[in-house]
Amino acid sequence: MSILVLLEQQCGQWHRMSWETLSAAQQLGAALGQSVEAVVVGKGIGTLASEVATKKVAKVWAVEHDLLDSYTADGYTAAIEELIRKTQPAVVLFPHTYQVRDFAPKLATRFLQVLVSDVIAARVDAGVLTLVRQFFQGKLNGDVRVSGAGPLFASLQAGAWRADALESGSAAVEAFAPAVSADKIRQKPEAPFREAARAVDLTAAEIIVSVGRGIKEQSNLPVVEDLAKAFGAELAASRPICDAGWLPMERQVGSSGQTVAPKVYIAVGISGAIQHLVGMKGAKTIVAINKDPNAPIFEVADYGIVGDLFEIVPALAAEVRKAKGA
Amino acid sequence: MKIIVAIKQVPLRDSPLHPDSSGKWIDETDLGFEINEPDAYALEEALQLKEKHGGEVVVLCAGPERAAQTIREALAKGADRAIHITADDLGALDTLGVAKLLAAAVAPEKADLILTGLQSDDLGSGQTGVVMAELLGTPHSTIIMQVETREGNIRVKRELENGWFQHIEMPLPAVLTMQSGSNKLRYATLMGIKKAKSKEIRRVTPAELGGAPTAVATIEKVYLPQKSKQTQIFEGDAKSAAAQLVEKLKFEVRVL
Repeated sequence: MSILVLLEQQCGQWHRMSWETLSAAQQLGAALGQSVEAVVVGKGIGTLASEVATKKVAKVWAVEHDLLDSYTADGYTAAIEELIRKTQPAVVLFPHTYQVRDFAPKLATRFLQVLVSDVIAARVDAGVLTLVRQFFQGKLNGDVRVSGAGPLFASLQAGAWRADALESGSAAVEAFAPAVSADKIRQKPEAPFREAARAVDLTAAEIIVSVGRGIKEQSNLPVVEDLAKAFGAELAASRPICDAGWLPMERQVGSSGQTVAPKVYIAVGISGAIQHLVGMKGAKTIVAINKDPNAPIFEVADYGIVGDLFEIVPALAAEVRKAKGA
Repeated sequence: MKIIVAIKQVPLRDSPLHPDSSGKWIDETDLGFEINEPDAYALEEALQLKEKHGGEVVVLCAGPERAAQTIREALAKGADRAIHITADDLGALDTLGVAKLLAAAVAPEKADLILTGLQSDDLGSGQTGVVMAELLGTPHSTIIMQVETREGNIRVKRELENGWFQHIEMPLPAVLTMQSGSNKLRYATLMGIKKAKSKEIRRVTPAELGGAPTAVATIEKVYLPQKSKQTQIFEGDAKSAAAQLVEKLKFEVRVL
C-alpha cells in the first residue's frame, strides 16, 4: 500500500505548501510502513517532476494532458480519479489550498469517501491513523477517524508540517496520460488577475496594529487608529472588517489578503481564525488584546491582555506616548 | 431563474464552547443559534439575482426543530419558500451523508442555480456544496465573489490566494459556494417578517429522502487546543496591563 501525495503547481511554479505536504507524507509513510508516491499534474511539467524525483519518494507520477494546462475542477477530478483507480493507494494527501478545496471533495465523493480537510496533525496508534482538525474556526480541535473501503483523503493546513524536514532521495518519474476529454470539462477558466495595484504595502511595516470584529462598529475605529498613530504603526484588519467596507481591502491581512512579518503585530479584537493566522504568524513579536482568553489568537501570541479593548487600547496608547516621550 | 440556497444554522459567533458529556461534540444547551455567515451571503446573492432577473428563491436547510427560526428569518429577508429537512441526529452523519440528503431534496426542484456558503462556521469542512454538485451531476465552482448570468450559463468571479481572482464560465444548472463579504447583507423589513409567516416551509424527513449512508468520517473527540506557545498575559486593570506591555515592548522587543 502507498500514500499518494498531490503537489500543486501553477504555470511551472510550485505552491509552497506542496513541500510541507510531501514532508508530512514522508513522516506518515514511515509511521504507517507505506511507500510515498508523489503526483504532479499539468502540461509541460517534466522539469517539476524531475525536481520531485530528488526527494525521498518511491515514484513520481507526471500526470500530463493538454486539457490540464489550466486548472478546472472537472479536469483535475477526472485525471486524478483515474490515477487513484490504477494505483489503489491507502491514503491520498493534498495541501489545503484554495484549488484543492475546489476539487478534492468531489474526488473523494467518487470513492464514497469524505475528504478530511484542513488537518493540523496526524497520529498513528497501532496502525490506525487519527487526524486532528480544527472546529469553530480554531476554537476547538477534534480527532477524526475514517473508515470505509476507499482510500483515506486528507488535506493538510499551511504550516502544520515543516518543509525543511523534507528528506532527499532519488526516484523514477513515470508518465501517466489520463483519458480526459474536453466535453467532460464544463468550467471554462479565464486568466487569473489582480485588482488595481495596492497603494498600501503592509509588508514593509515594522509595527502593525490590526483590528478585528471585536471593534463592533465602524464608528469605533478611531480607538485603534489612535493606537496605530501612537506606535507609528500601519493599520491593518482581519477579513470581516474589510468585507464590511470599514477599511479598504488593501489593509486586509490573511490568506486572501497580505502576508506580513513585522517586528511587532498587535491584534486587537481578532479571534485568530486560521485564515488570519497564516497571514501574520511570521511576525517576530505578536501581541493579542481580546476579551476571550480561549481565542485562538493566544495560540500564537507572545504577549496578551485579556479584557475589554475599549478600556485597554486607549490606556495602551497613553502608555506608548508616555514611553516615547521619556 | 430558480435558485436554491442551502443554509445551515450554527451556534452564535461568540458562544462559549465546551465538549458535551460524550466528548464528541459541544454542549449545545443554553447556546443561541444563527445563520452560518457565508450562507447569509449566498442568500443575499440569490435575492439580488432574483431582483434582477425574476424567478424564485427556495431556502433549503437540514437541522433540528430550532433551525425553523433561521429558516423564518431567511423567508423574512425575501426568500419565497423553504424546505426543512428535519432531523435531530445530523451530527451522526458526515459531509457525504448530509450532502446526499440535500441533493435528494434539491433534485426534484429542477433549479437553475444552487448557492451555499463556502464553509460552515462550526464544522468548517467547506465541502457540502462541492459534494452536492457531484451527487447532482452539475458543474460547480467555489469561493465565489460575483455571479453574472447569461443565456443558459453563468460567469463567476472566483477568489484565488494572495489577492488574485479569476473568471470562470459554466453552464447551468450549477452549484456555487459563496465567499463572505461579496455583498452588503440586508435586514428583514417589518413587512418581510409579516409576510414570512404565511410562506410555505415544507418539512421532510431523511427517510422520505431515501436516507443517508453511515458516516465514513467520524469525530472521536473534541477538546480545547493545547497551546504550543507560552503567552505572557499581563494582569491587572487596563492601565497597569498596558504599562507592563509597553515595558516589554520598550526594553525587550526594543521597538519604542
